[in-house]
Amino acid sequence: MSRKKLSKPLAEKARRRFLRSIGLGALVVGSSLVGFYPVLTQSMPRLRPPGALKEQEYLASCIKCGQCVQVCPVEAIVLGDIEDGMGVGAAYMDARVQGCDFSCDGLQCVLACPTGALSHDTDYPHQVHIGMARIDKPKLCLAMQGQGFKGKVRDPGFTGKFRYNEIDRWNPIPVRDRDFDLEICDLCVIHCPIEIRIAQCDSGKPPSGDTNQCPPQHAIELRPMESSDGIMRMEPTILDGCVGCGACEMVCPTEPAAIVIDMESIMDSPHPIAMREAK
Amino acid sequence: MNYFKESLMQLLGRDPTRPTEEDKSPEAKVIHFRKKGEKYDREAVQKEHADHDSKKWLRRRWITLISVNLLFVVSFYFDIQMLEGALTASRFFGFHMADLNSALQVTLAYKHMLINLVIGTVTIFILWFLLGGRTFCSWVCPYHLLSEWTEWLHLRFVAKGWVKNHEFHRGTRTVLYLIFALLALVTGYTVYETISPTGILSRALIYGPSLILIWVVFILLIELLYSRRFWCRYACPIGLTYGLVGQISPLRVKYTIEGCHHEGECRKVCLVPHVLEPIIKGRATDVEVPIGADCTRCGMCIDVCPTGSLRYNFKGLDKIL
Repeated sequence: MSRKKLSKPLAEKARRRFLRSIGLGALVVGSSLVGFYPVLTQSMPRLRPPGALKEQEYLASCIKCGQCVQVCPVEAIVLGDIEDGMGVGAAYMDARVQGCDFSCDGLQCVLACPTGALSHDTDYPHQVHIGMARIDKPKLCLAMQGQGFKGKVRDPGFTGKFRYNEIDRWNPIPVRDRDFDLEICDLCVIHCPIEIRIAQCDSGKPPSGDTNQCPPQHAIELRPMESSDGIMRMEPTILDGCVGCGACEMVCPTEPAAIVIDMESIMDSPHPIAMREAK
Repeated sequence: MNYFKESLMQLLGRDPTRPTEEDKSPEAKVIHFRKKGEKYDREAVQKEHADHDSKKWLRRRWITLISVNLLFVVSFYFDIQMLEGALTASRFFGFHMADLNSALQVTLAYKHMLINLVIGTVTIFILWFLLGGRTFCSWVCPYHLLSEWTEWLHLRFVAKGWVKNHEFHRGTRTVLYLIFALLALVTGYTVYETISPTGILSRALIYGPSLILIWVVFILLIELLYSRRFWCRYACPIGLTYGLVGQISPLRVKYTIEGCHHEGECRKVCLVPHVLEPIIKGRATDVEVPIGADCTRCGMCIDVCPTGSLRYNFKGLDKIL
């Protein structure tokens, strides 16, 4: 371009356009940087779908396409919104609304992921590390009060689904369709996908006939508690095999849930529980 | 004047270069000379435009744009697994496709590239290489359609004197492109994806509305009240990514100087009027000039042109046929 000297009004016009352009650039970049706030403050801890890489790598590699959302048979996966900042459009799960019950068996979300944000090294449910269950409200836990449970696990409008093998081997059904009558509440244990798999393997019927599907470690069990008043109390105890799928949190009949999932991503941070409380 | 370099520099934001006499071919010079002597019959040209009211390419383009986006929606809603995912990454009958800009952001942030993403990116590259690069913008991007409707309103507001159009330097997009590439590389987050109206709208259509749509409304309001088509013209890195593909694409709009009246109606409807610089009287360097890479191949100029001086062209195909 020939560098001709511009006339005064033209030079003024060009100067204004230049300043305006800087303003535009600042507005666009500035707006995009706002998204760092929730990430850096960890104000939005999220349970990521099975196989998810560590939080930072996960957000880096997720292409925000939602293919995992589309394949999940229980619709456990949803996409982040404006409050997630850098996690806009990135997949997460809300265990209280819908836990992952591994009813797809083959980890369909992992297979659907085009970028490996859900690591393709994950083949079986017991290899997943979404988080870890924790008894958050011991005082509310029915088993710890020595109480049983009768009726439906959540309110009648609850939409959460679970695949009950004894009812339908292939299709998850709404948990509200089931009535329970338990002498001591062990809903969290009987809904644990890891425990269900271990039971299947112990009875010689591993899922899909594949012994690789058999989890090596237990995830949760009820342990008798010492008590002076003669009431039989049981304490749900989380074991090393827990993968944080959230099925227990989904079916816990107390409000709020006595058992919750701490997300893997913030468990390494100094105050994981404080994070959870802050939510 | 090197056509390739000129097209690339315009894409990056430089103003079009005025060709010198040496740049022009002898045949073009003959036509330019002849046209100099011709009288411009304003009324006749106006009548020609009035008689020529074509919406052929507009109709085809809108139908295509809406169909592609609907296919995503329908595919998920009815679980027919034809086109799964969103515009950022998807699977067409199981075959991977990945938006080039999203793939670039992810690769810069994550620093690894899974084979699926490589397949998806190469597929999309070949597709848009064959179809013209920024063809993605005008024929697929859902934001483009909303922006077109907003532009229609904006132009009416301008005509009524309610608002004024403010231009920016087109190099802003190149600077933003580099900033977002650097941000992804340095911070390890796909920063641009959080504000990409293309991704936001595509996901909103498929997975339901979200609060982040406020951002899209905000930039549409700027386009309505302050600057015509500012996002697509001066900001969107996706446009530059596909523009670079268009730079080497055989499919483009071709300008034929012969019948042209040089009245400039095409430049008025164009999203990127700098690419239509050759239609200005005396500027074309040859009898036929391919339009530059920044062109979105939307066909608005083709629709508006009554003389057929602007047409779609696939390089080399007319020689074979």
